[in-house]
Amino acid sequence: MSTHAPDSLPDEQRIVITGVGLTAPNGNNLTEYRQALLRGQSGVSNYEIRYVGPTLAGVCKFDALRYQSKKDLRRGTRAGSVGIYAAGEAIADAGLEWSSVEKSRVGIYLGVTEHGNVETENEIFLLKGYDYDTAYWSHHHNPRTVANNPAGEVSLNLGVTGPHYTIGAACAAGNAGLIQGAQMLRLGDCDLALAGGVSESIHTFGIFASFKAQGALASHADPTKASRPFDVNRNGIVVAEGGCVFVLERLSDARARGAKIYGELAGYAINTDATDFVLPNPDRQAECIQLALTRAGIAPRDIDIVSTHATGTGQGDAQECAALRKAFAESDKTFFNNTKSFIGHAMGAAGALELAGNLPSFVDGMCHATINVDELDPDCALTTLVTNEPRPIGQCEYILNNSFGMLGINSAVIIRRFA
Amino acid sequence: MIASEIRDEILDILGDIAPDEDLSNLADDKPFREQLELDSMDFLDIVMELRKRHRIQIPEEDYTHLASMGSTVAYLEPLMKDIAKK
Repeated sequence: MSTHAPDSLPDEQRIVITGVGLTAPNGNNLTEYRQALLRGQSGVSNYEIRYVGPTLAGVCKFDALRYQSKKDLRRGTRAGSVGIYAAGEAIADAGLEWSSVEKSRVGIYLGVTEHGNVETENEIFLLKGYDYDTAYWSHHHNPRTVANNPAGEVSLNLGVTGPHYTIGAACAAGNAGLIQGAQMLRLGDCDLALAGGVSESIHTFGIFASFKAQGALASHADPTKASRPFDVNRNGIVVAEGGCVFVLERLSDARARGAKIYGELAGYAINTDATDFVLPNPDRQAECIQLALTRAGIAPRDIDIVSTHATGTGQGDAQECAALRKAFAESDKTFFNNTKSFIGHAMGAAGALELAGNLPSFVDGMCHATINVDELDPDCALTTLVTNEPRPIGQCEYILNNSFGMLGINSAVIIRRFA
Repeated sequence: MIASEIRDEILDILGDIAPDEDLSNLADDKPFREQLELDSMDFLDIVMELRKRHRIQIPEEDYTHLASMGSTVAYLEPLMKDIAKK
């Protein structure tokens, strides 16, 4: 089996994170977002969408015009706009002099859970007003709904002429985008990767209606209490929008330009349940985690923080906890937290946003909590689950980020403190 | 609609399509493309908006008439003479 253990690799194969750009329902940059996570500040609010009516969602309030003209905003998609904002912020954060970056050597790899539903629903809604005469169907529909749209809009915005595409990986997409970027850097297909995930999912009624039909859409009188993974009274998912883009570079390049380094990719794995359309499989999840650990050349007890995927569904949370108990049976020093409890489920962005929210732990030595655990579900009991209040954990060396999705896709990414 | 009202309607549509542009000094006798950043998708937006707002069908072979404000208004005058200003 190939190893990704950083110490076994030359600098040209070691991948580091040198920039973070994001928009989350509770913050529009890493500093704001981290402060909100440590403060216990939820980003979930009341929300209304056609046909479904009043519901709850994680809504982002970033300044879209910071990086886009009004015309580009009108022509493009929300996912594209989210991606452009996050990419622009990531480049600024990385301290890159963009005008001197060779654009043909930049790759854009954005994870998406789905794309095109928003535009298709909007067009059909408008078409109803014209008695379904397709002469009124927009010529913008195809460029807005092609699967590469969010990454393509980022490339247009930044003038990137290297590869761009999205990675469709359900709710594991944020991790998958990062993994794809790292792989392309290792292959030499690009010298700088803008990698992560985006979600515009709160603008499609279909995702709300489908979760509702599945009995998996969260409700609560207090929106900030609605996303409650591991609580015995959890009742489903809060859908969120958002985006997170990492600047990834080979360590040799990052060192050459004196870049700030947030952390280093130590290992990763993606595998598949092959058992059900929606129900997770804890055995495969545990295998995925174990594979990432093996590739990183470390043991479970080397992991300081596990950023769990748990979404607030009855079965999903319990299944993940079963997988975690299996994978971390030998570790009493690994803490578990959950970011969806703050922002809801940001779908294609979830994995990337949840990893980003934990990266400052390498510096501040804190593990943010999973909030809204009023009564811990015994099926979700993990002795080192950090509930409701952040916890000082001392020097953090490794973070493992779980992200799982429908059709049985599992992913785990391990980031190591760069010293 | 009379010519001046059609011109106002086109300006309103351009305001939606090209929201970053200053339309106050648009010269009627010069092509839009020499004065504004418009591409083929934008011209299709003009066609679509006229269709949606006024049910006017503009055949593809007539798109060349939409090159400037002057030629657009001249082309639309007979098509919009019976349409009331909203």
